[in-house]
Amino acid sequence: MKRQVPLLITFFVGTLLIVSIFSPATENLGEEFSVFFDVIAVFAFFLGGGNLLRVHLTKISRKREDWVYSVVTLVGFIVMLWAGLFKIGNEGGIAASVTEESSLFGMVFYSVLIPLQSTMYSLLAFFIASASYRAFRAKNREATILLVAAFIILLGRTAFGTMLTSWMPPSLSLAEIPNLAIWIMNSPNLAGQRAIMIGIGLGVVSMSLRIILGVERTYLGDDGK
Amino acid sequence: MFWEHFAVWVAAFLTLGIYSFLYKDNPWYKLCESIFVGISAGYWFVTLFWDNIYGKFWVGVFPPTHVNELGESVRTAQPDYWLLVGAVLGLLMLLRLVPKIGWLSRWSLAFIVGATAGFYLINYFSSNVMRQVQDTIMPLFGSGFDASAYVIIGNIVVAVGTFTGLIYFFFSKEHRGAFGFSAKVGIFFLMVTFGASFGYTVMSRMSLLIGRIDFLLSDWLGLIR
Repeated sequence: MKRQVPLLITFFVGTLLIVSIFSPATENLGEEFSVFFDVIAVFAFFLGGGNLLRVHLTKISRKREDWVYSVVTLVGFIVMLWAGLFKIGNEGGIAASVTEESSLFGMVFYSVLIPLQSTMYSLLAFFIASASYRAFRAKNREATILLVAAFIILLGRTAFGTMLTSWMPPSLSLAEIPNLAIWIMNSPNLAGQRAIMIGIGLGVVSMSLRIILGVERTYLGDDGK
Repeated sequence: MFWEHFAVWVAAFLTLGIYSFLYKDNPWYKLCESIFVGISAGYWFVTLFWDNIYGKFWVGVFPPTHVNELGESVRTAQPDYWLLVGAVLGLLMLLRLVPKIGWLSRWSLAFIVGATAGFYLINYFSSNVMRQVQDTIMPLFGSGFDASAYVIIGNIVVAVGTFTGLIYFFFSKEHRGAFGFSAKVGIFFLMVTFGASFGYTVMSRMSLLIGRIDFLLSDWLGLIR
């Protein structure tokens, strides 16, 4: 019961979705199932929210190191829930969009979450700089190719790159850095991307078959063995 | 007006707080990080609730009504009771919190895994494998032998690069001799792809960094008009 039923569900649903492609009447079954996913995803998110509360409340109650920051996290989480679920300050009332700028939820979203998000990602620019130093040391042939490709792409997207080769005669325009960058993107890069995509595609197909046929059972946890 | 200024100062405080990590881990950064975690979790919770639980599930099962010219209350759409299956599966997911019957949560997990496997098997095979192979196998010199040298070289590079790239991913045969040489050529193409991806990632992070610096210098300090 604990192992066989989930395996049967997986087999039935997986096979149904594959077979449905071959009939015009059931062609869109995948899209209809995706709505189920969305509904299930919310319940999974309830689990995540509950876990967040449990972890931080435990940290606060046991006064573990840096517990004060857990208070900040919980306050942020609860304020956002309160503001969003009740649409506090929303001029259009409960029927209006939750991210309306006048609402408390919208204000926090635009003045806190958006800046924090973009700053967090932009922080990576500094770490990428140190990663570049390590990657750009041309230790062997492969690293040199990576270095040259990355360098041309980087230069090709800047005004400096355009300026560097702007003196070239029109007959050599293909060797200009921006054009070279375009060629790299459209030819060797495309070839590499295709090899990776085909590899991923074949991998997904074989893994999906293993899952549907019950060969792969790791998603069931320890009892799935 | 006051709230707009206040929002800019809050955003600037948070931006500088995140950048303070570049010096070292410190309380200011930890505070901003905790705010980010709490607010992001709350944001996704609220968004998923309104989009999926209300927008897809509630409206699907209980479609809104409107009053027609005869004064009768009429539904705008037919109720979709199949969505209740998704809700039941979602509720089963929550049973993970009850140790004795936690194994029932595997049923919804099995549904998600089975449906994803079935859906991806067809889609990845069609878009990642068939489509890419189809786009690679094409007349190298144009359909009427009318392609320019630039296009011909590009086509040859794409065909050779894809083929050798795939050879590199074939691990069932030892990479020696002509096979090994082809795999080596494949690595070179893959390196160009990684270099190009790296270059693009650096550029996207840089543009985010420029955006944040622009915000600090113009919106906050008013140094740039």
